[in-house]
Amino acid sequence: MIMSPRYAWPIGVALLIALPFVYRDPYHLHILILILIWSFAYTSWSMMGRFGLVSLGHGGFMGVGAYVTALLWNHLGLSPWIGIPIALLCAGTLALLVAYPCFRFRITGHYFALVTLALSGIVLQVITATRDWTGGSLGYTPERTKGSHIVALQFDDKTVWYLIALAVWLAGLLIWHLIDRSMARYAMEAISEDEDAAAAAGVNVTFEKLRITVISALMTALAGALYCQYQMFISPDTVSGIAVSLQMVFAVVVGGIYVALGPTVGAIITLLLAEFLRIFFGTKAVGYDNLVYGVLLVLFIIFLPKGILGSILDRLKGVPVRQTVAKKPA
Amino acid sequence: MLVVEGLVKRFGGFTAVNNVSFKVDQGEILGLIGPNGSGKSTIFNMLSGTFPPSAGSITFEGHEIAGLAPHRIINRGIGRTFQIPRPFRRLTIFENVELAGFYGQGGNRGSHSRAKADEAAEKALAMVGLPTDRQAPVDGLGAAGLKKLELAKALATGPKLLLADESLGGLDEHEMDQAADMLRKIRDELGITIIWVEHIMGVLMRVVDRVMVLDHGEKISEGLPSAVSSDPKVIEVYLGTDADATQAAAAEQRR
Repeated sequence: MIMSPRYAWPIGVALLIALPFVYRDPYHLHILILILIWSFAYTSWSMMGRFGLVSLGHGGFMGVGAYVTALLWNHLGLSPWIGIPIALLCAGTLALLVAYPCFRFRITGHYFALVTLALSGIVLQVITATRDWTGGSLGYTPERTKGSHIVALQFDDKTVWYLIALAVWLAGLLIWHLIDRSMARYAMEAISEDEDAAAAAGVNVTFEKLRITVISALMTALAGALYCQYQMFISPDTVSGIAVSLQMVFAVVVGGIYVALGPTVGAIITLLLAEFLRIFFGTKAVGYDNLVYGVLLVLFIIFLPKGILGSILDRLKGVPVRQTVAKKPA
Repeated sequence: MLVVEGLVKRFGGFTAVNNVSFKVDQGEILGLIGPNGSGKSTIFNMLSGTFPPSAGSITFEGHEIAGLAPHRIINRGIGRTFQIPRPFRRLTIFENVELAGFYGQGGNRGSHSRAKADEAAEKALAMVGLPTDRQAPVDGLGAAGLKKLELAKALATGPKLLLADESLGGLDEHEMDQAADMLRKIRDELGITIIWVEHIMGVLMRVVDRVMVLDHGEKISEGLPSAVSSDPKVIEVYLGTDADATQAAAAEQRR
């Protein structure tokens, strides 16, 4: 793209792997880990979002990933190595239950977004209502291990977390790349434009949409579980519910929905914005970031619908921004 | 090859297609004509699985296909074009046809590979006379080009029976002749059986082996083009009332 991607990728990845061994500032490393985990979550959302499947239910999937993993650990002593697959299974089943009727009965566009919004709300309500188990809105903490750190997937060393988050983030980009090169992408692009015409080309519309939805939900749940294991504290506000779902949409729209690294750019911008507000305004600014998100979201959808990275890449390729916008409505 | 018996479609209280039966033989081109709203497109949508019939049966190569999902019908070998071209503008011309070549012939199931889809796409594009260049965008195509793309997509799915829906609307006379010759070429060279739905009678009559005329959802006439065009019932409901047909008749006189 900018340089020859053949060299840019291995060099970039090598630099990222080497980073924590050279630079050890724990605060900066912490921010980087969060950026990687959220980048992965946003990338997961874009798997659907880029094809016009705007889900506002991904906060729900993330919540399921985080809470199921933590609950199984605390109550049954089940290692996250088993708990995470079970959590993913739950999220995948939930995705199927919500998405299959939607796709079968052709609930698309705004209506699909509304159905998934309800999913976010329901997961949030379930977590709050079962507060005896989940801690409700006060949040929930996985018990610190007295045994093996590896079995418990709990590490004190930020370098370990950084490398785990990096690996997962790279895996997310790899999945994006594989989908991008597959016929499934053509099918999804076709479906996003015209479901009947896609069906007339032989595409099993319901199946293709379900597949991408389940992939996206599983990845998002994994992001939730990782966030839980890293932060060792989860609350409905941070990993579940409507606010998290909206934050995903915002970050991806800002970064760029149609390019692989767009969600990552979105994660960098949103996290830095939140940190900036926290540091400079402190507790006075609690909730300001949401206000800024809201205003920026409107501005971006109107003026830069392909996001920051998408627009920059277009500019480098010499495509006028306005022209491509007309061709690729969100 | 295709046997349709007692086909009925009701939308609420309105009967769009009422008890229509017909047969299509291997290798023929059947013309399906009728004024606007006579049920032609509704029959096509049932044949291609867009919606199920309210009653009746559709048998293709001895198997009942009424009510199957569209992709299953495509995979059995019935391809279709749409009345108004519906290209995928986010894909290139080649990718449009490649997609149809991939999923139209079984997609991920079996050993169907992308290479085979590419091959099908190249053949289909060459057949209709579009460039096989992989980068060409859909936006560069005019009305005639979009119709060709529509046809190439249908051909790439590897049909034994092609449902061509009003493929001449919006073309000038020269382009119409070309398109009509194209359908004949598809039948002659690829051995594909065709049902051709059309407003414009003149060009259609020149190419088809048999014609079926619909009015208000019912079959009113069927037979050889020459016999049908002199059928008083057809002249009354079709030639007498429809502006397109009058134009077409005029066009035929000039020829």
